[in-house]
Amino acid sequence: MKSPLATLGVLTIAALSLAACASDPSESKSASGDLTVQATDSECTVSASKLDAGPATFKVTNKGSKVTEFYVYADGDRIMGEVENVGPGLSRNLVVDLPKGTYEGACKPGMIGDGIRQTLTVTGEAAKPLSDSEELTAAADSYARYVKSQSDALIVKTEEFVDAVKAGDVDEAKTLFPIARTYWERIEPVAEKFGDLDPITDGREPDAIAEGVDFTGWHRIEKQLWVENNTEGMDVYADQLLDNVKQIVQLGQDAPLTALELAQGSKGLLDEVATGKITGEEDEFSHTDLWDFKANIEGSQAAIASLRPVLEEKDPELVKQLDAQFKAVDEELNQHQDTTTGEWTFYDKLTKDEVKALSDAVAALSEPISQVAAVVASSA
Amino acid sequence: MSADDGAGRGLSRRRLLGAAGLGALAAGTAGAGAGYAMADTSPPPVVVDPDALPIRFEGVHQAGIVTPSQDRLYFVALDLTTEDRNSLIALLKQWTVAARQMTQGNDVGEMGAVGGSPYSPPEDTGEALGLPPSGLTITIGFGRGMFVDDKGKARFGLDGLLPDRLTDMPSFSGDRLDDALSGGDIAIQACANDPQVAVHAVRNLVRIAFGRASVRYSQMGFGRTSSTSSAQVTARNLFGFKDGTNNIKVEEKKAVDDFVWVHQEDGPAWLVGGSYLVTRKIDMRIETWDRESLTGQQAIMGRTKGSGGPMSGGDEFAAIDFDATNEDGEPAIDLKSHVRLAHPDFNNGAKLLRRGYNFVDGSNGLGQLSAGLFFISYQRDPAQFVQIQRSLAGLNNDLLNEYIVHVGSGLFACPPGVGPTGYWGEKLFA
Repeated sequence: MKSPLATLGVLTIAALSLAACASDPSESKSASGDLTVQATDSECTVSASKLDAGPATFKVTNKGSKVTEFYVYADGDRIMGEVENVGPGLSRNLVVDLPKGTYEGACKPGMIGDGIRQTLTVTGEAAKPLSDSEELTAAADSYARYVKSQSDALIVKTEEFVDAVKAGDVDEAKTLFPIARTYWERIEPVAEKFGDLDPITDGREPDAIAEGVDFTGWHRIEKQLWVENNTEGMDVYADQLLDNVKQIVQLGQDAPLTALELAQGSKGLLDEVATGKITGEEDEFSHTDLWDFKANIEGSQAAIASLRPVLEEKDPELVKQLDAQFKAVDEELNQHQDTTTGEWTFYDKLTKDEVKALSDAVAALSEPISQVAAVVASSA
Repeated sequence: MSADDGAGRGLSRRRLLGAAGLGALAAGTAGAGAGYAMADTSPPPVVVDPDALPIRFEGVHQAGIVTPSQDRLYFVALDLTTEDRNSLIALLKQWTVAARQMTQGNDVGEMGAVGGSPYSPPEDTGEALGLPPSGLTITIGFGRGMFVDDKGKARFGLDGLLPDRLTDMPSFSGDRLDDALSGGDIAIQACANDPQVAVHAVRNLVRIAFGRASVRYSQMGFGRTSSTSSAQVTARNLFGFKDGTNNIKVEEKKAVDDFVWVHQEDGPAWLVGGSYLVTRKIDMRIETWDRESLTGQQAIMGRTKGSGGPMSGGDEFAAIDFDATNEDGEPAIDLKSHVRLAHPDFNNGAKLLRRGYNFVDGSNGLGQLSAGLFFISYQRDPAQFVQIQRSLAGLNNDLLNEYIVHVGSGLFACPPGVGPTGYWGEKLFA
């Protein structure tokens, strides 16, 4: 680093040396194996910007004051891998198998926004063009990685929530409720696959009454927290919730979604938004519906991102529409987030016009999303 | 998909019927002179319901204005959620293609309701499968909000194309307008003799528009309250009275020309051959009205309830004698009666082509019907409506105002008709 350009920062230098010094391996040595990621509240430094194709391990250390996440994105924000929920002072490892190509590493301090990004260039053995069925398998694998990362965080956050409930810490439980549910809502299509577990985990009171069964799960505890403002009698529901969440996660990992299920899931998540969140029905006691809303959209986007190579090849016009409409939903939604605290506006504080605008944006996205399954099926 | 390539195409939803159904319709349409191919083997003679036949989509004027009133209405007002000119043009083109298909009894799209990929949502929503065209007309109108935003700034590059007469409707005494039931950037009026066909039409057009336009409000109507042809009997509104006896009829060529269509000298050029559409959602206080005596009801209307003849005497179509007096020496037609105040003689000769429908939106939770009249009128100049409504509005005027309240209002400029390859409003974007 003797160049006078050193002040421009790691990223720029790496890019320059990549272009100019390809023949000088000492300057831009490709890293393989272990990399480190130093994350703070304002920076994200990956120890190398040029890697060899193959498995890479990122050791993510959070030196900031906010909980962070680290993602490796391919084109169109397709998630190649991610670690969620890295608390201040903690380190976590992420192993990602990266074929030749250009990627971005992104830290998300406070788990908000698009993240602080750094380009990663992977060279080496050119990946063979995949056959249709291989592409679909790759899509399913990519989504399975997403589910894995979300599941890990889901269990951790659910445990924290359950602990707070059992400790009778109402305020802490209320704070953790929408956060734990974020991970749940992102991967809801996985849960819905297991018909018996979904209703006892995420069912609503009127349905439980109608079915003549005990009202259990997230919303049972939600009601106690917000309506009664205490946690009395919740221990049994809290334990049961954690058991069920763990069971669903295990089942989900044993039987990952196929590419077609994935396409259907991306639509299912939007249907969830249109029927549950837009109406404020889902979190009727806490009004934390926008947390779930955002999580559903993110989950849908992750599913689409996994399918992106297939869609790019079969229907590039559809991909353009999806990108534009996801962006429109985000723009509409993000104005309701406090960018300092990461908290979302409570549903009962939204005006009718704001709800209508959100509903319009989701409807506009739902139309192209409903075309995805047929494209995937035509590829199978 | 361009507007030009969908003209004669589309899957006939009747094609999915058995041969008998197909034969019946083929015989009917051929008999009506539509020039449809006959089946190879002559079908047995079948009497076809004229209400089932298609109405021509193309024309100098849009269908659905002087078309003899169908029995059912589904009206929708939308707001444009896009600001992109090309996306508006594309929407109008796609809508026109779909409207052509549906008015002729075909499915929307190339593959229709059941022909597409099993993994795709069907292009057509399917609830009209097997139903005949049912006289469906789809009529579009453009609101002020399509041309300018709240601050008067032009939208979609439509600078200078806003008709001077497409203003905000003035407020009238007694109005209780709900913003959520008023206005809109675009209005679509679907009329048919089968409510399911009308609903199918609006639903599919709304679906096409997702991401570009969003529904502001919609209204179903039944029991056309105005006859627009002298071949039709006069229907009754929910107060039980014949409504539209004195309406402009399609057969009155001169009246239609003078009062309905926008002329060259009226401008703007893109609207010539079009018409202004006024809508008013009028809630009726049904239960109160029903407790009014027959004499009272007839005095309020100025007509008899049975035959619809004027209180000055004679049958429904007898000339109204506004100077006639009853045995007490009072005017036979009350000075504040609806028929008097709405009559052209008291409105500088102004006439409207009325095309309204009754509605019942269930009940209001207090045991009362949420019912009334979805008033629709077409006119060459909105001033015609304003003139008449000024005469009627307010508790000191039309006696009927004690029993009605205007809760919704809309004003739209309906472009002229389209040819075999054109699209709605094309002259705006030429």
